Amino acid sequence: MKSAVIVFPGSNCDRDAAVAITRVTGHAPRMIWHRDADLPDLDLIVVPGGFSYGDYLRSGAMAAHSPIMAAVKAKADKGVRVLGICNGFQVLTEAGLLPGALMRNQSLSFICRDVLLRVETSNSDFTSGYNAGQVVRIPVAHHDGCFFADEATLDRLEDEDRVAFRYCDAQGNPADAANPNGSRRNIAGILNPGRNVLGMMPHPERLADPLLGGTDGAPMFRALAAALS
Amino acid sequence: MKAKVHVTLKPGVLDPQGKAVHHALESLGFAGIGGVRQGKYIELDVAETDPAKAKVQVEEMCKKLLANTVIENFAIDLEG
Repeated sequence: MKSAVIVFPGSNCDRDAAVAITRVTGHAPRMIWHRDADLPDLDLIVVPGGFSYGDYLRSGAMAAHSPIMAAVKAKADKGVRVLGICNGFQVLTEAGLLPGALMRNQSLSFICRDVLLRVETSNSDFTSGYNAGQVVRIPVAHHDGCFFADEATLDRLEDEDRVAFRYCDAQGNPADAANPNGSRRNIAGILNPGRNVLGMMPHPERLADPLLGGTDGAPMFRALAAALS
Repeated sequence: MKAKVHVTLKPGVLDPQGKAVHHALESLGFAGIGGVRQGKYIELDVAETDPAKAKVQVEEMCKKLLANTVIENFAIDLEG
């Protein structure tokens, strides 16, 4: 699997993503600076978490228009897998690669803790390592994670099986109390129509090694490596 | 020419920050506030001197970057 991690000024999960990928593939991904306008031949692009451009204007707004994102869009259009985590999810919505927007958490607090997610679909190269309905524990760390989209868009996401993860309780119920940030319909991650772009607020790369206290994030990287190798 | 851009949340989009400001104003004793919605104000100096052309230009800026039209509306005032 040939992979790359995009690095913006203010990215801070780029190396975590690189470690998680290296762990399953044995090969380090290319680290691509945001000013580059070209991408090499790739199977997977990670748009990592962090605070690109200091969250100026809106989270992800500036990064979405940086030179590299035109190349990421072109690759995504050709079917290359693109994984946006946290700030990466914000960047992908701002860039128009995914619908909706990530708004300030309803509590107004920065939330940094493990949450439970129900895997909604195993029908993607990102989620094929999980069973639909499975509950996994993945950390979140964000201030702007409240997923918003209009009702028609939300219905379409559900009808097309494009909700990848929902915040849930231990029994797998997407309860209000299990929703950390006020996201519409407890949505934590979504796919594009081609199912080759995934954006999610939680951080699978942060729980992909036993030393970090859990491995529920590892199946995502293993599944990608298996599908793309 | 100066362009003054107001970016506001669309009706129906929840504004927890506006709500918090509302509560803070009430706790300061300001009564009779129906609601608070928080937005952004952006001032631009544009070289274009023709107001119609400047408006088209700034509208394009709003759609592409200054506002996220999924959640926000924008209004443009031109001066000078």
